Amino acid sequence: MTMPSVSDSGLATDAAEGSVVLERVTRAFQGRRVLNEISLHIAAGEFVALLGMSGSGKSTLLRALAGLDEEVEGEGLIRVPTARSVLFQDSRLLPWESVLDNITLGLDGPDPAQAGRQALASVGLAGRESAWPGQLSGGEQQRVALARSLVRRPQLLLADEPFGALDALTRLKMHALLRALVGRLRPTVILVTHDVDEALALASRVLVLGNGRIADDFRLDLDHPRHSDDPRLVGYRQRLLITLGVTESA
Amino acid sequence: MSAEGSTLGGRITSSTPRTAQASSRPGGTRLVPRRLTPLGRLLGPLVLLALWELAAQTGLLSPKLLAAPSTALITGYDMLANGTLLPHWLASAWRAWWGLGIGVAAAVLLALASGLTRIGEASIDSLVQIKRAIPTLALIPLAILWLGIGETMKIALIAGSVFVPVYINTHAAIKGIDIRHVELARTLGLGKAVFIRRIVLPGALPGFFTGLRLSVTSCWASLVVLEQINTTQGIGYLMNRARDYGQTEIIVVGLVIYMVLGLASDAAVRAIERSTLRYRKVIGS
Repeated sequence: MTMPSVSDSGLATDAAEGSVVLERVTRAFQGRRVLNEISLHIAAGEFVALLGMSGSGKSTLLRALAGLDEEVEGEGLIRVPTARSVLFQDSRLLPWESVLDNITLGLDGPDPAQAGRQALASVGLAGRESAWPGQLSGGEQQRVALARSLVRRPQLLLADEPFGALDALTRLKMHALLRALVGRLRPTVILVTHDVDEALALASRVLVLGNGRIADDFRLDLDHPRHSDDPRLVGYRQRLLITLGVTESA
Repeated sequence: MSAEGSTLGGRITSSTPRTAQASSRPGGTRLVPRRLTPLGRLLGPLVLLALWELAAQTGLLSPKLLAAPSTALITGYDMLANGTLLPHWLASAWRAWWGLGIGVAAAVLLALASGLTRIGEASIDSLVQIKRAIPTLALIPLAILWLGIGETMKIALIAGSVFVPVYINTHAAIKGIDIRHVELARTLGLGKAVFIRRIVLPGALPGFFTGLRLSVTSCWASLVVLEQINTTQGIGYLMNRARDYGQTEIIVVGLVIYMVLGLASDAAVRAIERSTLRYRKVIGS
């Protein structure tokens, strides 16, 4: 099987109003198909949680959407907005730049510094502009990374397990913060996570990847704040755990 | 028999307090030595100096082989006071710093070219590795044929020896740029110029400083040999002439000057390094 490189498959970047379209997208590592002809449409403003076991291809899919997989064999068509930001699992702050300079790195516009200060305040870190990243806690670093993503007013926010390295309490605070900011700025969000509860707490739509294909895809029409003992959530949770091959009695 | 009994008894009493040890910082045996004070660091050199002076004073060490530290100190002070030392020092410093400046500038430019472009890597890096294997002083005969016996040749050779550590360390640091930062730059849509200025250069700075610290001390080292060639000024010239006249105290003065220059240059670079890289909370410095 020979597959053309990604440059043939194209990464068109003019989708209207933040929607995401994938048509028969395939990605393979040394011939092993991690993504197998995935077709998908995500409407503008959806908050999609992308679940899957380790190695199910969720990060591969996210990196394909972010345009970070030039080296990977693959084909298919991907349409994503030009204005997109990526939130990584690690904050990826430059240790030699101040917090404010990290946020405004490469930022155009009339007053990047002012926009950066506002973004920093919106993640609750006003006054820390001149701190070094090394002086912040892990949760604070991730909040700066969130500010760096959102100050660019993305139509699409791609997040690859952004809270995976944080402790449970900090993670809950980050969930509330992310939900508030997304509610205000209304980007389309694709959040890769291995945490079923995180997906159920945040998403308006849940996608499950398995064996390179979409194993489950459903909408969560529940208002916020959601309570984990809501019977509908309990039902969704059960459904996801079964799709992911986890039985609770085990 | 009775003596043995008393020893045994002594052992028992001495071991009883171990059961209840009251301390604000309970802890076990210290496994690593405590950190030295700056003065403690000087113990070795001071002991050596004392032994050296003692050997010279008692006649164990002939002044024909090595002058006493006190003699060298007096000689050095006299040369400084009567103005004979300064022109030699200035001549050496002029050569060393020109060589350092040219060598470091060339090293940084070539390290950037070979670290950031494929054509640069292909054409530059192997050549530098070959140059690295050839001792700088082995190039003196060729350098004399090409550049003559004047200052140009001396500065070129110093630049050549300074070039290697700066290039090697800067190049390694550029090649070692965190791939995650490269990905970040791509997702932020940074242009090549901004990427180099905000990510590559700051990321390569620690490596550059490592190379620079090696270079600022080594730029003086070649002078001893180079200042034998067609010159009447310089610390190296002074030391070689002193050898002809058997003036070991002047040789010691020359060595001390090199030492002071080396330590001072190193301290200066470290101070610049500390203020430039102040974002790093490095343990032990």
